[in-house]
Amino acid sequence: MNRKKRDAFAPFLNWLENGGNALDAEMQDALREHDPKEALPEKTKKAKKKAVPAQKDKAREERARKAYADSWWYRLLAVVTAVTLIWLLMEAVLQMPKFGAADTLIDSELTEFYVEHTKEETGAMNIVTGIILDYRGFDTLGESHVLFIAVCTVLLMLSIYGERDEESRLKRWEEERHYEPEHDVILQSAARLLTPLILIFGLYIIVNGHLSPGGGFSGGAVLGAGLILYQNAFGYEKIERFFTYKTFRWVSVCSLLFYSLAKGYHFFTGANHLDSHIPIGTPGNILSGGLLLPLNFVVGCVVACTMYALFTMFRKGEF
Amino acid sequence: MLSQVYSHLDELTAVALFGIGFTLLLLDKNLMKKIIGFSMMDSGIYLFLASYGYIESRLAPIYAEDVSESSAYVNPLPAGLVLTGIVVGVSVTAVMLGLTIRLYERYHSLDIDEIAEKIRREGK
Amino acid sequence: MEALNVILLLFIIACALAVALTKNLLAAVITFMAQGLAMSVVWMLLESPDLAITEAAVGAGVSSILMFAALKKIHAIREKGEAEDEQEET
Repeated sequence: MNRKKRDAFAPFLNWLENGGNALDAEMQDALREHDPKEALPEKTKKAKKKAVPAQKDKAREERARKAYADSWWYRLLAVVTAVTLIWLLMEAVLQMPKFGAADTLIDSELTEFYVEHTKEETGAMNIVTGIILDYRGFDTLGESHVLFIAVCTVLLMLSIYGERDEESRLKRWEEERHYEPEHDVILQSAARLLTPLILIFGLYIIVNGHLSPGGGFSGGAVLGAGLILYQNAFGYEKIERFFTYKTFRWVSVCSLLFYSLAKGYHFFTGANHLDSHIPIGTPGNILSGGLLLPLNFVVGCVVACTMYALFTMFRKGEF
Repeated sequence: MLSQVYSHLDELTAVALFGIGFTLLLLDKNLMKKIIGFSMMDSGIYLFLASYGYIESRLAPIYAEDVSESSAYVNPLPAGLVLTGIVVGVSVTAVMLGLTIRLYERYHSLDIDEIAEKIRREGK
Repeated sequence: MEALNVILLLFIIACALAVALTKNLLAAVITFMAQGLAMSVVWMLLESPDLAITEAAVGAGVSSILMFAALKKIHAIREKGEAEDEQEET
């Protein structure tokens, strides 16, 4: 371990000895001051001209902040609010029917219908997958689109190509690349072992969604986490070899289109009592359940791309 | 009273999580703590919904061999609702974190009173 | 199994209180991650394995990692080397 990394543990040892106060002061300084690397010369000249009014404004800011944050009645108000809210909700909850009883209100005809008819009508062994991808497939369609819209929003806000002039764009690019992962031996040797296992496990969860616990959401999240580990361990260039902005665009858009068209066809033929020629197969095989296996795969792709895209926008600012 | 609390402990934990998250969201000055409080409120609601579907001494909702009656499995409907909710919750958290980063780059502070004061001063 | 359920639920409430009462943002996010992991085991005890896998991957995984990345970008996590560089510059 070189000196820089050994000194990185010093604040933690300090914190252990002093019981939490040393790091708090540092954290508050870090949160309050300007970053000295970003101060350009013109800004300091303008600050000197407006020194006296700036001090008065700063004093007013300090007073506005200190008026609430550390005073005793503010903390008392917080505790009283929390306790009152929790007490009211607790009184309501204790009136509810017995937890885990077999005759609660929700165990109604709808649940009986779903449990008894899922195997014949959809061919799924996992009832939850059968419900969310077949009976309530429209909700999952909306949810996939919400994930896509979230990534678009984060792209709008955090992309470095959103800066107006070339100079600030270059400055931001330098800043983002400054935080590129270093070559850490422990992380790299662990990631070399773990990443293929995590990716294969994610694919296994997706493909077995209709036979055992799992499905598109869980498997997609595990796949996304595996890609994040790969980027953290091996750097930016290695993952740009196979996952770029074009990959993300093609995979997301094709997946969402496929889901919309397939589910639209299925709903259309089902609602008009036509026969959609999609074979159900024998429940228990992998290739069964009609549209369930392709839809699971598609949802898994969208979720994995979303998780990785969100992380890489936070880290790099670009793809 | 104590036995009632013990028998409803799942739902009371969910309610406590919701209350603590709500207090964090409402009354803490730091933007990151507000976001953590929001996410904690989400967790509490999911726990409340899914604990409503649990029925004692029944199996998970995956078909065992040829048992197809509805009195052998846990209620699968709340689990389906919560599954979508968890994934949508993480994307909403990501959008909120992106907004926080942009606010910090513009005003160099995470304290919401300071940001309001600076905005008011700029608008004058 | 009842004892495990009770212990995990009390641990979740303790983690929530710890998040509310600390001023250190890094400690708050780490405790939030631990709370997500305990929630994942609670889902398993409530007989919903789909939710357990999803919460473990998303709540105790991706959501907390996004918060760490955000904390790094707002300069709330700082190595000792960077603090020394700033002191030399000013």
